[in-house]
Amino acid sequence: MKLFEYEAKEILRRYGVEVPKSVLVRKGEDPIEKMKQAGLEPPVVVKAQVLVAGRGKAGGVKMARTWEDVKKIVDELFEKPIKGIKPKLLLIEEAIPHETELYVGIVIDRSERKPVVLASRYGGMDIEEIAREKPESIVRVHVDPFLGMKGYQARLIGKKIGLQGKVLSRFASFLTALYEVFDKYDAELAESNPLAVVGDKVIPLDARLIVDDNALYRHPELAGERLEESGEYTEWEIKARKLGLAFVELDGDIGIIGNGAGLTMTTMDLVYEYGGKPANFLDIGGGASAELVKTAVSFLIEFPKTKKIFMNIFGGITRCDEVAKGIVKALEELGQLPKPLVVRLAGTNEEEGREILRKAGIEAFVDPIEAVKRLMEI
Amino acid sequence: MAVLLDENARVIVQGITGREGSFHTRLMLEYGTKIVAGVTPGKGGMTVHGVPVYDTMAEAVAEHPEANTSIIFVPARFAPDAVYEAVDAGIKLVVVITEHIPVHETLKFVNYARQKGTTIIGPNCPGIISPGKAKVGIMPGHVFKPGNIGIVSRSGTLTYEIGYALSKKGYGQSTVIGIGGDPVIGLSFTEALRLFQEDPETEAVVLVGEIGGDMEERAAEMIKRGEFTKPVVAFIAGRTAPPGKRMGHAGAIIMMGTGTYEGKVKALTEAGVKVAKTPFEIPSLVEEVLKK
Repeated sequence: MKLFEYEAKEILRRYGVEVPKSVLVRKGEDPIEKMKQAGLEPPVVVKAQVLVAGRGKAGGVKMARTWEDVKKIVDELFEKPIKGIKPKLLLIEEAIPHETELYVGIVIDRSERKPVVLASRYGGMDIEEIAREKPESIVRVHVDPFLGMKGYQARLIGKKIGLQGKVLSRFASFLTALYEVFDKYDAELAESNPLAVVGDKVIPLDARLIVDDNALYRHPELAGERLEESGEYTEWEIKARKLGLAFVELDGDIGIIGNGAGLTMTTMDLVYEYGGKPANFLDIGGGASAELVKTAVSFLIEFPKTKKIFMNIFGGITRCDEVAKGIVKALEELGQLPKPLVVRLAGTNEEEGREILRKAGIEAFVDPIEAVKRLMEI
Repeated sequence: MAVLLDENARVIVQGITGREGSFHTRLMLEYGTKIVAGVTPGKGGMTVHGVPVYDTMAEAVAEHPEANTSIIFVPARFAPDAVYEAVDAGIKLVVVITEHIPVHETLKFVNYARQKGTTIIGPNCPGIISPGKAKVGIMPGHVFKPGNIGIVSRSGTLTYEIGYALSKKGYGQSTVIGIGGDPVIGLSFTEALRLFQEDPETEAVVLVGEIGGDMEERAAEMIKRGEFTKPVVAFIAGRTAPPGKRMGHAGAIIMMGTGTYEGKVKALTEAGVKVAKTPFEIPSLVEEVLKK
């Protein structure tokens, strides 16, 4: 789950990091009054709180030099969609003059199976280009997940990106805090870009935090739906998520249900191979209950993009009889199938599954190629 | 021979009294796997399909010192604890079926197991089977047949599909390893290839990858360096899938263009690997590489 900039900064502040003075403004609130209450005055930076990448380049961050500017920019940003998403919140922050912008990020290196710290003295919007063109300018240091970030590692990273004196110590404290947040919040990513050098201090002008969805149960304080705000999901993807379905919307017209991401993706590839275009990816996962299968089938029937549906199941932990029961349940609720459904069943309890479907008048294929050919004939 | 798992495996099922644990214990027993004990805290003294249940791994191992393998069906919140318990009980191969384990937990137990010399398969995996010898996992046993093809796969169901297609064409398998679909896993492609390289029974390997991550690219580099010398056939799922979610700038920097379908196919092809367009082409490609 992606956190908003203001949330990430609030967390960093709690871990002892100095962040820019700011106020959060909702639509309809008076930004001037809120700023005065907080002791803020122009120049300030007004930032749309959206979760999409490339906010700065899309015009979601504006400098306001006067009180009139503040009002104008606040009104403008509330109405301005950033990659399709209108912000519900704006962060107004003191403008901090600075000369140097650093980059620092912590992410998990899958191959090394360790967190890795990436740092560069060339922070800012073009960091990815810099990484491509001058990879040697990015410092990479792996961290032992049991020991965590040690002070000397943080100082070494600071040294390698050319810092010294007081700034070096301050950078090391910042990085240690950032790692602590990365660790405590089960983050997949903790990042600050740019991290400004202001005199002998370092101040994160932006901060990003992505929390592992599998660890959300340990962070009840982060609860709250932000599917709509993230800009990552379509209307139907949000509906699916609320039903507990792993669903991705695509451009075609053939509904796809599979079990396991690999088989579901392969089913999509197979449909393409035979001239069809998938309308979606829907993975019922491992060990799906009849109830979940029913939900998935009914959902794809309702999903307006689908003209027909292809269900490809190879049971391991998933039992074909449960899948068949789910299909029959969906049928019973709908009375009849408004859209053609082609089913392929193999693996655990496949005979029982096929028998249940046979009784309900549905033929289940064993061979996926035969099934996809039948699908394309309909 | 086979790798990691053969008829000498003596298995403990952790989480044996749960719905999945008990169901798959029965299927593994039916397959012929020697399950010597089960563990569920608070359920010590019970039996499940004739298998004695203990409260702790320490007791299970004390009563059954021949145990060398465990399989974990424990829910995500408690699964990391079960892994440490198995490693500390001296188990050398731990198969973690559980999905949705927080990645920070996996990072820790994978590093811990390594230091203690335990191999972890998974998490979020279907397990491992050496056909005709033993099955420690949730895969349908009947689709796999004894033979000389090694399979290593990031996908569960797709592995069954491919095993089934190979078996039908007469290509049995030495060992089939489902390494799991999570971002961080215990056993990687390159580590599995190293094991297959040393196994005289394995004549060729089928590698089943997915878009995302760089494990396929690393396997390709290893093959290119001449560290794996047997023929390899690969399939990568996700040719038509949209790219996955973005992990900030750091994600882009660390991946540097790896992770795409095209990139993986290119890397593998350049290393001399035959890449199948659909899983059903695999048997004929296997036939081709074995003839050479």
